[in-house]
Amino acid sequence: MQLHELSIQETHELLSSRKISSEELTRAYLERIHRLDPQIKSYVTVADELALEQARDADQRLKTDESCTPLTGIPYSAKDSISTRGINTTCSSKILENYKPFYDATAIKKLISTNSVLLGKNNMDEFGMGSSTENSGFFTTRNPWNFDHVPGGSSGGSAAAVAAGLAPFALGEDTGGSVRMPASFCGITGLKTTYGRVSRYGLIPLVSSFDTIGPMALSAYDVALVLEAIAGHDRKDSTSRLESVQNYSASLKQSENLRGLRIGIPKEYFVEGLDPEVDSSLRTAIKQIESLGAEVVEVSLPHTQYAIPVYYLISFAEASSNLAKYDGIRFGLSERNAESLMDVYLKTRELGFGAETKRRIMLGTFALSAGYYDAYYLKAQKVRTLIRQDFEKAFESCDALITPVSPTTAFRIGEKITNPLDMYLSDVFVVAVNLAGIPALSVPCGLSNGLPIGMQIMGPLLSEETLLRIGHMYQSQTDWHTKHPPCWNDLP
Amino acid sequence: MKYQAVIGLEVHAELLTKSKMFCGCAVVDSITAKPNRYICPVCTGQPGALPVLNKKAIELAVRVGLALGCQIHTESIFARKNYFYPDLPKGYQISQYDQPLATDGKIQIETEAGIKEVRIRRVHLEEDTGKLSHADAHSFIDYNRSGVPLLEIVTEPDLRSPEEVRAYATKLHAILRYLDVNSGDMEKGVIRFEANVSVREEGSDQLNTRTEIKNLNSFRALTLGTEYEIQRQGEIYARGGIVEQETLGFNEATGKTYSQRGKEEAHDYRYFPEPDLPPLVLDSAWIESIRASLPELPEAKMRRFIEQYELTPQEARLLISEKLLADYFEEVVSKSKSPAKMISSWIAGEFMRYMNDMNLDMAKIPIDAEDLAQLIDMVLDKTVSGSSAKVVLAEMFKNGGKPAEIVKAKNLAQVSDEGFIQDIITKILNDNPKEVEQFLAGKESLLQWFMGQAARATRGKADPTKTKELLLKAVEDKRK
Repeated sequence: MQLHELSIQETHELLSSRKISSEELTRAYLERIHRLDPQIKSYVTVADELALEQARDADQRLKTDESCTPLTGIPYSAKDSISTRGINTTCSSKILENYKPFYDATAIKKLISTNSVLLGKNNMDEFGMGSSTENSGFFTTRNPWNFDHVPGGSSGGSAAAVAAGLAPFALGEDTGGSVRMPASFCGITGLKTTYGRVSRYGLIPLVSSFDTIGPMALSAYDVALVLEAIAGHDRKDSTSRLESVQNYSASLKQSENLRGLRIGIPKEYFVEGLDPEVDSSLRTAIKQIESLGAEVVEVSLPHTQYAIPVYYLISFAEASSNLAKYDGIRFGLSERNAESLMDVYLKTRELGFGAETKRRIMLGTFALSAGYYDAYYLKAQKVRTLIRQDFEKAFESCDALITPVSPTTAFRIGEKITNPLDMYLSDVFVVAVNLAGIPALSVPCGLSNGLPIGMQIMGPLLSEETLLRIGHMYQSQTDWHTKHPPCWNDLP
Repeated sequence: MKYQAVIGLEVHAELLTKSKMFCGCAVVDSITAKPNRYICPVCTGQPGALPVLNKKAIELAVRVGLALGCQIHTESIFARKNYFYPDLPKGYQISQYDQPLATDGKIQIETEAGIKEVRIRRVHLEEDTGKLSHADAHSFIDYNRSGVPLLEIVTEPDLRSPEEVRAYATKLHAILRYLDVNSGDMEKGVIRFEANVSVREEGSDQLNTRTEIKNLNSFRALTLGTEYEIQRQGEIYARGGIVEQETLGFNEATGKTYSQRGKEEAHDYRYFPEPDLPPLVLDSAWIESIRASLPELPEAKMRRFIEQYELTPQEARLLISEKLLADYFEEVVSKSKSPAKMISSWIAGEFMRYMNDMNLDMAKIPIDAEDLAQLIDMVLDKTVSGSSAKVVLAEMFKNGGKPAEIVKAKNLAQVSDEGFIQDIITKILNDNPKEVEQFLAGKESLLQWFMGQAARATRGKADPTKTKELLLKAVEDKRK
């Protein structure tokens, strides 16, 4: 058995009994990355030297310190929108190509304090704008299950890295499905956390109202271990939640079945357009969850059809403002061969931003303009409230809801890139969760033509424990999460 | 045709907090501090940095809102004001828009026609920008000021003349100083004005197209800028023209406004609620505790001074114009046996003359209240004459020292010895027979001239009452 095949818990046991060192483990991952990633392209930056340095620090602590956590000495990667001090943080945008933050995001700081080991930074759709990583300013990541297909997006690099055994876990970021969609396409487990559960400080914003950092790993249990380490209130993020963090992994260990839980199946998510294989995998999965003791009922989320337009309107508007700081004045790309200040702005942004980013800036700017604000942004916010109320009503009678993550499995590279609307529609099942701010877990539940299918488990605010428990119990009865792409053992 | 101005004022005042509005960076003197030393990821707009509210800034803003009689809203919203400029690191300014912290207040100003009430439309919080400077074909940006808390105070268009504008600005300045929320240091740009100006036919109540004059950073610029703009608009209407809605700058050197942006180029700031900050919710009990701690404000102090110290409105107005001066006056009164009115006239006269001549700041009054009290008391009990006391005060301003010591060192003690005074008077009368003759012939005004001669001869030390008595007697003796 190779090191990358172990779960975090198993690796932790080897580290704490000092059968292996973090340095050996880290070298093994780095070696794998250098061997496999030139084809998969999940990393934008590999931080070899820093990783080895952090691994040696971890080894020091593993030797002497009793207070090691399950993540001490464990390598990981992070989506390239999460700030890492002194290490390129590009958001896969040319405008930030050589940007090195001078501070760490709070989530990274927390992992530094547990002595986890940062391997590098993962490719993504530019600033998180996309569902396939094809909008990366640098290159497209390939789906480890089939290199002709996309890994999903926008955290596609992170999902591909975990799926291909190039990182035991990754920090992803979900604004409108960006953790769950790629987790589903790559056959791994990914959690979109409750808005505010993990500090956004240092997360380069796409849509401040929706952005959430979330763990991506090979199992619900591993996700729980990572969530424990990164969650919690942060004084630097006024939108972070005050509630204390639960001991998720301990409660997973204690759970035996799903008795007493009521699971809703929203009928609006099982409609025409849903791939029949996805549909049947989901129905099988729901039966298995029922057999674990949960009660399954049909529910309705009547405003589901408005989720896509509302999500895109608000997200374009906020993104247009969030991206204003990339003006060539202080950091990142700066086109100085310019006639005037306006020229600096125009040339820098012309060269630095990709087509999708420009499209969204323009649409968002328009939506916020005087005379249009009420009709677009304000109206969208009102409908957002209706969608949130749909969920609140459903959770009056249910503990969780189960839906597909995506209507299809991973599509082919190039298949949707020329049709933005088609691309936006691939997020149809994931964006409502972000509008409501609630958590949702993506777990693998099938394969179709060698490509993974994902199940989405949604819950009320701060219900991460319940979601992880459902995922964990499901994974204790099924083996979809233990299936790996062909490149898991080596390149074909 | 006579034109009347309609003016509304927007005032930006930096709040006296230790740290910035949304981060922990120190607020420093933007003129003396080394550039870009007091900055962090938040106030330089680094990707991923997030704002956190400064509670002190909110407290100071509430204090101002309450002092202006505003309604303080227990829920207000921060909004993003989007525009591009190098001194604005995020590409948007965090401000407040449709739900500001405080609304509907008023300030009373004194005009030629009497007391006038100026309505305050809103008071809201926002962050300052960085500072740009240009030299040698380069531009420099200093972000030390970026993120410093700013209070924006907006009036209704209630002002009708540059004089009213100035009266309002002066009053607001004093109130901010009284509340100790702003340093008042206009030269450092801690208070900046923008005036919205339109004119209309006298007697009309219609609102015509207005122009906005930006960056009026002194009382002088404010008065001259609005004066010029009223005249300019009046002339346009007089020749049948149309005033264009535009944003203007003011050039203090030429005394003229100039166009910065027309209506077509007006910014669309695309305001929307700042998603990085939840709504600001204030506890009513907290607001009430701030209300309870408000200091006495200029109007109340003036009423009290007139009543308690029996001062005229003119006397009181000078003393209350600056809180530190009012405090100083009261301290002198408390340490002196002399009537408050006498102290007030000493402060308004000689004292203020030296303060102004030496360009001294009220925060740095060089004379202890105790010493000034002593000096005035020495006049009261005739230890020194009034004119000698002026010499003593001058010495105190120039070289310091205690009044009693100066009187001694300079030999300025008042002389009441009749023999001494008599000798001097006799000499004066003998030396000036012509004037004596004229005086006896009825030119009574010469009495003052004789008094002056006597004061000069005694170097001001002679007790004037005694001198006058002896002088009159000696002249009458001459008649015989």
